[in-house]
Amino acid sequence: MEKKTPLYDLHIKLGGKIVPFAGYLLPVQYQTGVIAEHNAVRTACGLFDVSHMGEIEFEGPDALALLQEVLVNDMAGMELGRVRYSPICNEHGGIVDDLVCCRMDENRYLLVVNAANKDKDYRWFVEHRHGDVSVTDLSDGFAQLALQGPKAKEILSKLSKEDQLPVKYYTLNQNVAVAGIPCLVSRTGYTGELGYELYCKPDQAVELAEALLEAGRDEGLIPCGLGARDTLRLEAGMPLYGHEMTDDVSPLEAGLSFFVKMDKPSFIGKEALIAAGEPKRTRIGLVVTDRGIAREHCAVYLDGEQIGETTSGTMAPYLGKAIAMALVDASRVDPEGEYEVDVRGRRLKCRWTELPFYKRSK
Amino acid sequence: MSYPNELKYTKTHEWIKEEGDSLLIGLTDYAQKELGDIVFINLPTEGDAVTAGSSFADVESVKAVSEVMSPVSGKVTEANEALADAPEAINEHPYEAWIIRVGEITETEELMNAQEYEEFLKEA
Repeated sequence: MEKKTPLYDLHIKLGGKIVPFAGYLLPVQYQTGVIAEHNAVRTACGLFDVSHMGEIEFEGPDALALLQEVLVNDMAGMELGRVRYSPICNEHGGIVDDLVCCRMDENRYLLVVNAANKDKDYRWFVEHRHGDVSVTDLSDGFAQLALQGPKAKEILSKLSKEDQLPVKYYTLNQNVAVAGIPCLVSRTGYTGELGYELYCKPDQAVELAEALLEAGRDEGLIPCGLGARDTLRLEAGMPLYGHEMTDDVSPLEAGLSFFVKMDKPSFIGKEALIAAGEPKRTRIGLVVTDRGIAREHCAVYLDGEQIGETTSGTMAPYLGKAIAMALVDASRVDPEGEYEVDVRGRRLKCRWTELPFYKRSK
Repeated sequence: MSYPNELKYTKTHEWIKEEGDSLLIGLTDYAQKELGDIVFINLPTEGDAVTAGSSFADVESVKAVSEVMSPVSGKVTEANEALADAPEAINEHPYEAWIIRVGEITETEELMNAQEYEEFLKEA
């Protein structure tokens, strides 16, 4: 039985088309449709219910030591109010999940993890816990909204004191009053646009969402569903767990080497990553030049020979092109090569392209 | 949602318009709403055989792929090539955006009228 988020009734009221996703009932789109929702985020603003995301807290004098062990990124030297992204590796160097880590207090960190992996992550952390640190699943205590798009700051400023909003990318402020509702506000997101993620108590989520939608009406703010969330992250070249990342793919193969700090004394998966040497596979971006759309698990050919398969693909609404990400043999990648993907028995021509497909202009 | 009386309907949400000894097949208002924004259609070509109960085209929305089924066996005498460039016409005008014309019909599955189709949707 899927859970409802605190905004479920509001989704229904707003005409959301509800689907089960990672154990929750969430809107895949509203009446406006995925394309309009996607483009609203690129050109104005969109509001997403991301209350399904999990929140796990590490607290205690050994919280940092545990982070350093279970995360591949380096969390040392993070100032209060900083946010950092990191994959989690297993002993074989595959990916358990990816998350953002928020430094909340001297010895307290909040990890925001994928809904589908929340229980697995929690068990993983508890299993590897040592010393004086508690690991607590706080997911049921949070609703989370993502306000994303070039108008996000303008809209949020109407409901809060502008000097309380986090300014730098990947920072947060706690106890920001948004429409009078206490929120944790972070300058983060999963769309490739400027935006914020707001965390509040579940029983205040509807009031917060309604206040935001009202405040943003003139700026073109609309509610957006999971469909647009996926196309936006894909267009922005962001990997998604279960697609570009799995327990069989290393973060180096997934194109996340920037977040893997091999100079840390130790972390789970480090030895396996060293033993594996140069990554054998790599994540690439493809643009389909023939008519058609490649989705995930399409075989990818280079000069007629299969070199891997797609991990995600869609018609990118803002770019107006069919795009895909693929995991392929690293030794074979040739930006000038002739690529093809097999879509239900048809070979569609593609060209290699740099990731991300879309980058916002600053 | 609207279901014109002059059309016939299938359980897989195609509409059929009989015109002399050929017929047009398209997707119903219900189908296009369920699919969402349609961004691609893979059309058959003239002369292709279609079989009752089998798919003859793929339509893709931003999120999903769906097959379009034929309720008749026969031959494609025309495909609506305009949809290749503007598949969103199916969302905008589902009953004008016919997908194929079928002739030389040898077999037809049982079809519903508008009223029966609306009843069917309520039960589903």
